[in-house]
Amino acid sequence: MDKDLKKRLLSAREYVGVDQIEGPLVFVKNTHPVGYRELVECRDRKGNIRLGTVMDTSADVAVVQVFEGTSGLNMPETRVSFKGEPQTLGVTKKMLGRVFNGLGQPRDGGAAPRAVRHIDVNGRPVNPVAREYPRDFIQTGISVIDGMNTLIRGQKLPIFSGNGLPHNELAAQITRQAKVKGQDTDFAVVFAAMGVKHDVARYFIDSFEKSGVLEKVALFLSLADDPSIERIITPRSALTLAEHLAFDEGMHVLVVMTDMSNYCESLREISTLRGEIPSRKGYPGYLYSDLAELYERSGMLKGFKGSITQLPILTMPNDDISHPIPDLSGYITEGQIVFERDMHARGLYPPVAGLPSLSRLMKDGIGEGMTRADHPHLASQLFAAYSYVKDVRNLASVIGEEELTPLDHQYMEFGEHFEKKFINQRADEDRSIEETLDRGWEALSLLPAEELHRVTEDEIDEYYGTVAVRKPEAGL
Amino acid sequence: MNERIAGTVKRVNGPVIEASRIDDALMMEMIFVGEQRLVGEVIKLKGEEAVIQVYEDTTGVAPGDNIYGSGEALSVSLGPGLIGTIYDGIQRPLESLFDQSGEFIEKGLSFQALDQEKKWDFTPLVKKGDFVSSGDIIATVQETQRIEHRIMVPPGREGQIKSIACEGSYTLRETILTLDSTVPGTGDIELTMAQNWPIRKPRPTADRRPLNIPLITGQRVIDTLFPLAKGGTVAIPGGFGTGKTMTQHAIAKWCDADIIVYIGCGERGNEMTDVLNEFPELIDPSTGRSLMERTILIANTSNMPVSAREASIYTGITIAEYYRDQGYHVAIMADSTSRWAEALRELSGRMEEMPAEEGFPAYLPTRIAEFYERAGYMETLSGKEGSVSIIGAVSPPGGDFSEPVTQHTRRFVRCFWGLDRQLANARHYPAIGWLDSYSEYLNDISPWWEERVGPAWAEDRREILELLQKEVRLQQIVKLVGPDALPDSQRFIIEVCTVFKNAFLQQNAFDDIDRYSTAEKQMRMLAIILLYWRRGNEAIRRGVTIVKLRRMKVLQEIIKMKLTIANDKVERFDRLEAKLERSLDRLGAIYG
Repeated sequence: MDKDLKKRLLSAREYVGVDQIEGPLVFVKNTHPVGYRELVECRDRKGNIRLGTVMDTSADVAVVQVFEGTSGLNMPETRVSFKGEPQTLGVTKKMLGRVFNGLGQPRDGGAAPRAVRHIDVNGRPVNPVAREYPRDFIQTGISVIDGMNTLIRGQKLPIFSGNGLPHNELAAQITRQAKVKGQDTDFAVVFAAMGVKHDVARYFIDSFEKSGVLEKVALFLSLADDPSIERIITPRSALTLAEHLAFDEGMHVLVVMTDMSNYCESLREISTLRGEIPSRKGYPGYLYSDLAELYERSGMLKGFKGSITQLPILTMPNDDISHPIPDLSGYITEGQIVFERDMHARGLYPPVAGLPSLSRLMKDGIGEGMTRADHPHLASQLFAAYSYVKDVRNLASVIGEEELTPLDHQYMEFGEHFEKKFINQRADEDRSIEETLDRGWEALSLLPAEELHRVTEDEIDEYYGTVAVRKPEAGL
Repeated sequence: MNERIAGTVKRVNGPVIEASRIDDALMMEMIFVGEQRLVGEVIKLKGEEAVIQVYEDTTGVAPGDNIYGSGEALSVSLGPGLIGTIYDGIQRPLESLFDQSGEFIEKGLSFQALDQEKKWDFTPLVKKGDFVSSGDIIATVQETQRIEHRIMVPPGREGQIKSIACEGSYTLRETILTLDSTVPGTGDIELTMAQNWPIRKPRPTADRRPLNIPLITGQRVIDTLFPLAKGGTVAIPGGFGTGKTMTQHAIAKWCDADIIVYIGCGERGNEMTDVLNEFPELIDPSTGRSLMERTILIANTSNMPVSAREASIYTGITIAEYYRDQGYHVAIMADSTSRWAEALRELSGRMEEMPAEEGFPAYLPTRIAEFYERAGYMETLSGKEGSVSIIGAVSPPGGDFSEPVTQHTRRFVRCFWGLDRQLANARHYPAIGWLDSYSEYLNDISPWWEERVGPAWAEDRREILELLQKEVRLQQIVKLVGPDALPDSQRFIIEVCTVFKNAFLQQNAFDDIDRYSTAEKQMRMLAIILLYWRRGNEAIRRGVTIVKLRRMKVLQEIIKMKLTIANDKVERFDRLEAKLERSLDRLGAIYG
């Protein structure tokens, strides 16, 4: 028989009754040979369709994971049909400005936009040969990011935060202020919310609305009270649209994904239900590969105009950076912005810990012709000096500040200045890269010039003693 | 198609497939699944059933699909054309996949690991009537400007030459040599310039040799403090962001091996792109040619199928052994072996095997040992000398070195470069910590340094390490009572160590002069710092204060010498040394 016809006939076949339901998993016996990861439609008693995917298939039984949850399904009356192809998302540029659920169905009351293409949501690995190495500096207007952990277009740079820390504010600020110097480009934001609270989603929508970019944003919301299984598919739908916008429409897409910890927890839930052998803290052994499937869907391609920059947010359980979720993320992403509770308590915003934060793509996107010639050395010197400040502070807490040597006192002063005038800024303050770098020199000028080993003599001659020109502060 | 149907699919669980109706499948046989012909390998046989790991995405594979056998173990193709190519974990050239399927890698693509159409200039070294056996070099081909590819008789073949192609251009398809087999009744052996070898089987050699030549990497902290020998093994463990990949890249660029095999195993796609962009533009200091002319890349990024990640390590080392057999020194970078171990764990979990520590299979240590034992300094079958050095990155979860992969790796390597989070946070690169790290090759390679570079090498090295150890203890006191409580003589130890760290250990990978240092430059730099230590110490004993020593103008020049004195201008160290002596003399004169 013709293969396509056979496939069509089989996909129309509906099995009445399932053999086992456990959490989000449905077990169907005696089916025709079902393909791995095929799309499944589950029809409940009332005729509502829920989507799912095949997770395990064998001659006897197919295991289906139902994204909209299994509550309300019963064994005899549930009808299941296998679609013969992996789950796809219909994508179009018109999805910008709309709100969807995790599966890409509208949840703002409007009709589904007419898709121009249907794409497999699982994505395919990008051939490393086809990648374009990201080098374009994105100015976020936030000193600690621009100066020390520079964001590059096409990068995946997560925010490692904790509960109660202002990661949403920072993500929103980056979204509002991000621009590439000297370019006015077609940009879009894709926002994926996994298991976050309603007010968090509200906060982002308001913030997009205020800055007038809402019609450039597509939201995929799977909130805290939606079935947890839906979170598995949410980032995949979002990234599928992002890929379409970037590589078919030539747009520069910023993808904000929050909160990755909730995503990983859903993954653990399903893995446990399937009785898989756990690795660390009960998370499945494939957590790394699974996260990589998401994070690696970013970057630039040779010969394409668009790009995907990822800004995933994850809350570290108990502020522990060695927890499997931040740990594995850090091994995949190109750096990380780490929040520190102590800085937040001292009223500093953004509370970005200077030392553990890192941007791996920074080295190729800064310096002459991109930011300013002194930037690489300046950043390295700031890191070195600030790291020494931490040592001095520890010492001071033991022997008292009075006992410090004069040089160490200068370092303490530098540390204070650096935190208050360089790192600290308002949530609506947009600093130019020049201002950021000048502020860095201003702080370094509190140290004796011979302490600055990582900058050159010429740079010291030119910038040592700089006082940053500030834009008039509000209220003055 | 005259393919053999080896069985049918019974169950699909991610990359692991259970097959039934198996009769003649071989263990480790390469097979093809379904009508898309996804590449896989048989990893377990039991009665009529088999377990197969598939190296491509299994979406859409259904029970009942046919499985086709190849009759051969999973192998790599070896021959001219490997150098400069980027492969995936099962030796599919990524360029050719790109031509077939574009930016994204599709499934079931056909491939030829080596270019079959390209003509190579062939120069025979043997003649009709000669008797040749396994590993003998029969001809040469100029593979790149700097690498002469030596065509060998594949292991296990021998006989009298019936005919050999004369000098000229040939493709890999053409027979270039016909042997009269020594085994009766087997007929003639026809050979081309390429040969196949199963990836899980080490290639044979004549003998192992002692490891007494260092692999000079150009990285000062490595060559001077924790040296690696040619043919040696080393592990680089470090949490994320401590610079494993940066260190691996630096070694791949500047070490004095003839051939580099770089395996990106389960790491970032952009990192491989970075190598692809950067290496062709960098010039190798010893030959003046592009670095790409000695490099082979294997990229199995983290989002590519997990089982191919497992195979990529073996693909890489088999290629390395092939060049070793030609008489080359090969260095292989595996970044990261933890991803390979995790791939083993994932596949083991899917096969529902009983786990040992942290879910890793019980055979993990055996696999690690097998891999590292394939390194060595060998006498090849043709009597040449060649080596394979393995530099394996390890990514311990949470940066905790007590986890199984780091611990087991430690048992089978003889050199350990532990990356330190504190150093990385202070952007002190390379962040190789001097307290955790060690090298067992030290005594073996000291004679080389003493003969070739300077007779005082081992002694100088010992002295600076001792100072670093003392400094750690002193720093603990400083942490409790502050530096003022120490006498000048002890504060001077801290001072010298600070200079040593800034001027010597720290190395800027992006600076044109500092990115690598020759053995001689390293030796001279160390000597100057020790001169400062020895004479400064003496001066302090005679009453010179530490502040005076610290304020010497020449000290700034010492700290910046790594950036100002190029590798080919080592004579400028004489002047610096003289200047330091004069400054110290002046100080000494004041205090008499």
